[in-house]
Amino acid sequence: MACKLCGPKLSLCGLVLSVWGIIQLTLMGVFYFNGAVALLEDLPLGENHHSIEDFVAEVKNGYSQNAYNCWIAALLYVITLVISGHQFWMNNRSSVSM
Amino acid sequence: MGSLFRSEEMTLCQLFLQSEAAYACVSELGELGLVQFRDLNPDVNAFQRKFVNEVRRCDEMERKLRYLEKEIRRDGIPMLEIPGEVPEAPQPREMIDLEATFEKLENELREVNQNAEALKRNYLELTELKHILRKTQVFFDEHEGGANTTESMTRALISDDPNKHMGQVQLGFRDKQESLEFLPCFVAGVILRERIPAFERMLWRACRGNVFLRQAEIDTPLEDPSSSDQVYKSVFIIFFQGDQLKTRVKKICEGFRATLYPCPEAPADRREMAMGVMTRIEDLNTVLGQTQDHRHRVLVAAAKNIKNWFVKVRKIKAIYHTLNLFNLDVTQKCLIAECWVPALDMETIQLALRRGTERSGSSVPPILNRMETLEDPPTYNRTNKFTSAFQNLIYAYGVATYREVNPAPYTIITFPFLFAVMFGDLGHGALMAAFGFWMCYKEKPLQAKKIDSEIWNIFFGGRYIVLLMGLFSMYTGLIYNDIFSKSLNIFGSSWQNNYNESTLRENKALQLNPDSEDYLQYPYAFGIDPVWQLAEANKIIFMNAYKMKISIIIGVFHMLFGVCMSLWNHIYFKRRISIYVEFIPQIMFLTLLFFYMVLLMFIKWTTYGPSPPYFGSQDPEIVKTSGFCAPSILITFINMMLFKTDANTRPQCDPTMFAGQIGLQKFFVILALMCVPVMLFGKPYYLMKEQKKRASQGHQSMEAAAENGAAGGAPAPAPRGHDDDITEVFIHQAIHTIEYVLGSVSHTASYLRLWALSLAHAQLAEVAWNMLLRKGLKSAGYQGGIYLYVVFAGWAAISVSILVLMEGLSAFLHTLRLHWVEFQSKFYSGEGYLFQPFSFEVILDSAGQTEE
Repeated sequence: MACKLCGPKLSLCGLVLSVWGIIQLTLMGVFYFNGAVALLEDLPLGENHHSIEDFVAEVKNGYSQNAYNCWIAALLYVITLVISGHQFWMNNRSSVSM
Repeated sequence: MGSLFRSEEMTLCQLFLQSEAAYACVSELGELGLVQFRDLNPDVNAFQRKFVNEVRRCDEMERKLRYLEKEIRRDGIPMLEIPGEVPEAPQPREMIDLEATFEKLENELREVNQNAEALKRNYLELTELKHILRKTQVFFDEHEGGANTTESMTRALISDDPNKHMGQVQLGFRDKQESLEFLPCFVAGVILRERIPAFERMLWRACRGNVFLRQAEIDTPLEDPSSSDQVYKSVFIIFFQGDQLKTRVKKICEGFRATLYPCPEAPADRREMAMGVMTRIEDLNTVLGQTQDHRHRVLVAAAKNIKNWFVKVRKIKAIYHTLNLFNLDVTQKCLIAECWVPALDMETIQLALRRGTERSGSSVPPILNRMETLEDPPTYNRTNKFTSAFQNLIYAYGVATYREVNPAPYTIITFPFLFAVMFGDLGHGALMAAFGFWMCYKEKPLQAKKIDSEIWNIFFGGRYIVLLMGLFSMYTGLIYNDIFSKSLNIFGSSWQNNYNESTLRENKALQLNPDSEDYLQYPYAFGIDPVWQLAEANKIIFMNAYKMKISIIIGVFHMLFGVCMSLWNHIYFKRRISIYVEFIPQIMFLTLLFFYMVLLMFIKWTTYGPSPPYFGSQDPEIVKTSGFCAPSILITFINMMLFKTDANTRPQCDPTMFAGQIGLQKFFVILALMCVPVMLFGKPYYLMKEQKKRASQGHQSMEAAAENGAAGGAPAPAPRGHDDDITEVFIHQAIHTIEYVLGSVSHTASYLRLWALSLAHAQLAEVAWNMLLRKGLKSAGYQGGIYLYVVFAGWAAISVSILVLMEGLSAFLHTLRLHWVEFQSKFYSGEGYLFQPFSFEVILDSAGQTEE
């Protein structure tokens, strides 16, 4: 089996953080996907827009892009969850066997 | 009335115990934990009491147990927690058995330790000798591999090290040359490595360079038997000539704590010796192993029971301590105790006493006698795991006076609520609630773990407070519509955009006017409309107006509630006069001024606003109720206090909010001001009249005096000088009145901290989002996802550490202050003392904590 990389505290921290990250980033992804106005200010938008259509297109593009980015980050947190969960389990098992 | 609202009724009891049954009875009472004994021999010092001998024996036993525990810890043997129940206090005769057991164990252990130490010392010597033999062999062999006389070797060795002499004065060099004629002697030994340089220099100076030192380091650390530390040592060998030098060298060696070992000159002898040493080391090793095994066996056996023993000994000790507080009867046949007992638990205590008597086989039942007393009884509030945390918050300010209204039950709701007003954020509240819920859910396993960390214990002790604070914060977060500084649009905003495309394109900031089609004329279903999150220009202004008013409204209600609590106290303690000259003027003062201000706020909210079908109408009737005519509450209130009216700068509006406002306000202020002299002089005047009446009628009963309340419900104090008493009441009353009147103003303002902290929290949360998470969200492309992953971790760390922990702590402290100062100052005197029952549970807990 894989070796122990982090101690009990770090693995617990990773566990909590990744659970939080998965929940929040997945939800934020959903909100971006649905085009929530509250998140408009957090879109990567350029300065100059030639027409309204241009602007709307960029905003739409930004929303879907950010939705995917949120889901990518959530996915990365799923990986973190698996790793830190495994580490946590290893730590627990080793402390029990001691 | 339930005991949560007031402290328990206590009675002072006298307890007669037969000498034989006393031990068993006290032990039963200790298990029960409902009796607080009073010291009946306060003038007797600790050494002259009756059971001092037993206490001393217990101390001795405890010392032995601690010694055992230390040894067990040193070997890292796990000590078993007591499975299931805690053992009962053993019978007095068991004490001798216990003593014998501990004595035996201690002696055995000490012997084993002594032997082990001696063996280890022996072992160390042998190991050092082994090293010496090995290293010196190298010295001897180094240059003349075949040679076997020491002279030739020494010569070689000396000449081998020329620079040692080069720097020296010629004298040394010449000496060496001469010395070669003689037979060189040598000593070999072992010395601590860090002493080598000093040792070398000393030898050189003391012997004027006439000796020759070689040294080699021992690579493996050796164990020092006395301290069991690992030390590094070096082997040295010193060559010299003549007896004089020999004594000198030996002296120096002694001075440097070097151990010298005999080292034979002939290689054959050395080899033989080495062999002998090796076999002896082997032997010693087996013996040492056996000793260690024996020690381990003894300790493992002890470790199984040690916790149990500790409990038993501590219980015995506690019982004898308690018995020491008792009074001996003249006949020596019975012990007399005085104790405070909750009146409701008399039956349980009687039962426990009977059990104790039966156990001791005594025939005479103990007698529990109620006593009349003038003393103030201790305050005892029965709590459970949920209420105890809140009760402790109250006790931290001061223990309630006996039978005074206990603010704890109200605090259960108001505390988390006021906290949440300052901490309103759905996200942060959810984090806090999750933490609190986890602590409550895992309560039993976490309790069993017994974590020592002080900070953890604070959190764990307040786990229900944390959970409630989290839940309430989620609620206020929904009201403020804040989740990590973002808004949720659950029910659909009530605002819409009616601007056309070109207007939108031309302008940087635009207004949505509620007095137009922009507002749908019905409010957002729950809390603040989410559209405000996008109102960068005036969001803070709007929220400030709202939160300030909310803070004042909550504060005034909180204070009014506190004043009403004082009515409860006055009724209970039968201070009828205090109701008329304290409670009524107080509540009138607060209502007429500050509750009126709250009413003005509600009037303002309900009167002024758009009139739906007539947007922007210039009809005078509609203009009068539009937002344009809404007055400032603060200015209105200040003008009311100053009896002043501002010139009307808006001619189309009414000068007042309702008809007759100015007159009503003047009446209110005058009435409120008239309450002040009532508070100030009412009570002293009444007392003076009372005393005059009594003086004319001769001495009357104590009833009237009991009503003055100055003695807090206890019977009247000893009669004092007439003037003295009155002046005291005067000063007391003056202080209280000033405190109350000034306090009403400053406390109302003090509740504005609800707004201030709430604003600070919202702004900090926004900064955290904008400075961190937005950076991650704004990075374009798919690699933005990875960047977001990193930034999110940083944002989460900041959120937890600064927004939840630090802001939470500051909001907690402000809430605490609002309760202690603004709320409790209205009714709570907190001059009691705590009921500290004789309870094994408490004693064992505190003993366990100090030990760790």
